[in-house]
Amino acid sequence: MIIDAIKNGIVIDHIAAGKCMELYQILGLGDLDCSVAILKNVTSRKLGRKDIIKIDRNLELDWDVIGYVDPNITVNIIRDGEQVEKRQLKMPETITNVLHCRNPRCITSVEQELPQVFKLTDRANRVYRCLYCETKAGK
Amino acid sequence: MRSLIDILDLTTEEINDLVAVASDIIQNPAAYAHKCDGKILATLFFEPSTRTRLSFESAMLSLGGQTLGFSEASSSSASKGESVADTVRTVSCYSDIIAMRHPKEGAPLVAAMHATVPVINAGDGGHNHPTQTLTDLLTIHHEKGRFNGLTVGLCGDLKFGRTVHSLINALSRYEDIRIVLISPEELKLPSYVKKDVLQKNNIPYLQTTDLEAVMPELDILYMTRVQRERFFNEEDYLRLKDSYILTPEKLANAKADLSILHPLPRVNEISVAVDQDPRAAYFRQARYGRFIRMALIMKLLGIQ
Repeated sequence: MIIDAIKNGIVIDHIAAGKCMELYQILGLGDLDCSVAILKNVTSRKLGRKDIIKIDRNLELDWDVIGYVDPNITVNIIRDGEQVEKRQLKMPETITNVLHCRNPRCITSVEQELPQVFKLTDRANRVYRCLYCETKAGK
Repeated sequence: MRSLIDILDLTTEEINDLVAVASDIIQNPAAYAHKCDGKILATLFFEPSTRTRLSFESAMLSLGGQTLGFSEASSSSASKGESVADTVRTVSCYSDIIAMRHPKEGAPLVAAMHATVPVINAGDGGHNHPTQTLTDLLTIHHEKGRFNGLTVGLCGDLKFGRTVHSLINALSRYEDIRIVLISPEELKLPSYVKKDVLQKNNIPYLQTTDLEAVMPELDILYMTRVQRERFFNEEDYLRLKDSYILTPEKLANAKADLSILHPLPRVNEISVAVDQDPRAAYFRQARYGRFIRMALIMKLLGIQ
């Protein structure tokens, strides 16, 4: 299958197979008015199988969100057909207003103006917990 | 400015210092009678409490300070929809330190983020209750004279009872501690506490449903109440609430120097017949709550 190379835009590569739609939704890519290509289950020497997202426009991305979804992702910035930046991601220490605490006993369940903050509590197992009630983030 | 939201906010040295100051207060109460002259403690209790609120008020009055506050949400502006942040910003104008109980988990942390005075978490739902843990530690220190080399049995609701989680966390800092977890299958200690606290700190532990079988091993038996408010399903509560009822007969094989603790209030998990047993330490424990809170108020106000 052939997808055209992009001239100006972003390639989000090495997404764990099956994770691209989560990233698509969490980054709000459905709201963009440019072409967005989603490649699922692409053969990869490094991962076996991987997903890729190509965005046909340069835009500001929330690196923390991408790092939260999958810290192994690489992001390539393309300008005039050339790769001008390759960014390795890492898991953010905190992530704000991306996840919502599902604990009905949490203060955020009644005070909805509070920022929804999750903090990394176990890097090895990629566990994030609500700052307020410490409930584990459910994906 | 320092607040106390979680027992983990305190280092082991700080806990030991608080226990030492509280012990000195017990010995020399007069020396502390004016330590907080002119200071005001606000007790913001958004849900009912007997021991915790009164022990905080008693602690501040015993230090020469004064108290103000409310004892239920309906008598505060929370009933008009005021946020926790706005409430504590306001109360910070009228007091030097705040003790807050709230049914929602994380509310005291929100308070600490917005208050301009120290905030003490006096219990947030089933989440944290650090002053109960400090009370438990002071009680253990006075009953046993040490924190090290103890076999501690925790009995009842080990799933929702965060008092138990906090106590395990605090005890795991000391040496030669052994934990015995006694609960029905449905109320077992969550696996993340076992993994993150017990296994991580190499604390030997045993899980059982049989209280009498392990009774002879215990130096401390910490009983807990199965709390109705933690269940969404009334049927589950009714089925589990009487899983363990401590009676004089069940204590037949217990050590002569066992200490029986309970954060109170009890419903029927400890028979009143046990109250006469000198090993029943739970009312002494309630008394210690006042002294450790005196030590804590002084610490957070920076008073020596």
